[in-house]
Amino acid sequence: MSALEVGQVVAEKTYPLTRDSLVRYAGASGDFNPIHYRDDVAAEVGLPGVLAHGMLTMGTAVQPVVEWLEGAGDDAGVLGWVSDYQVRFTRPVVVDPTAGAEIVVVAKVGKLDDEAGTARIDLTVSSGGQTVLGKAQVVVTLA
Amino acid sequence: MNPDLQGRVFPPAPPYLVGREKVREFARATGSTSPLSLDVEAARAAGHGDLVAPPTFAVVVQEATLAQLLAEPDAGIDFSRVVHGEQRFSLSRPIVAGDELTATLTVTSVKTLGGNAMVTASSDMRDVEGRHVVTAVSTLVVRADDEAAA
Repeated sequence: MSALEVGQVVAEKTYPLTRDSLVRYAGASGDFNPIHYRDDVAAEVGLPGVLAHGMLTMGTAVQPVVEWLEGAGDDAGVLGWVSDYQVRFTRPVVVDPTAGAEIVVVAKVGKLDDEAGTARIDLTVSSGGQTVLGKAQVVVTLA
Repeated sequence: MNPDLQGRVFPPAPPYLVGREKVREFARATGSTSPLSLDVEAARAAGHGDLVAPPTFAVVVQEATLAQLLAEPDAGIDFSRVVHGEQRFSLSRPIVAGDELTATLTVTSVKTLGGNAMVTASSDMRDVEGRHVVTAVSTLVVRADDEAAA
């Protein structure tokens, strides 16, 4: 914990998303809303294209933090675990049928609470240069 | 939307048994490379009983409770106009494969904002011993007009 500093970037990662990713997430999560895999349905309801599930973006955006927690500790164990995670869905991620889309995640220490033994990690999550999640905050309970 | 929904507590959803392969499937679908979610030996070596579910896994369990809300006859929620606004998970401990979770939904807030309605629903999930594991909170926005969904 003492090694962490507010403002420190703990993880950065880019995730490619394709239509395959959306179908896979639909099956894994049970969210079969067709706006996440059918162009005709997306167009019918006035969307600019097939969208990634907001929960896919949320679930993917926390992974760099999980990797950091599990990789930053020594062989004896992990640095901590995710005990709270919240986001606002501010902009949809349109996934092109051929080009797909990218989700870019930067995870930075936002706040340290020595008494509670927690660190708040703030995520910046963007796609195509635009922020797609707001107030994306991960609370890590440190081991 | 019916403002009387605020404060309504739904009957518990049928218990959800967290399967090992479901944890792996969900982990892979969300870009996880975590040995704790994919490799049983690694999870046990780290002190867990079985595979550790990714941080947003509870959405799978929450789904049945949100379906209860959307199906409520007097709720007046038009599913085709629902947009996910916010989501939060607050965990007392990680979910692990083998957990049997019972989720109970409470509507914590109903608001109207510029023609749109916003409903916040909290699903409290407990293990077989009745201990709190995770609370999943969703804010759904029900759009008033035909703007594009998010």
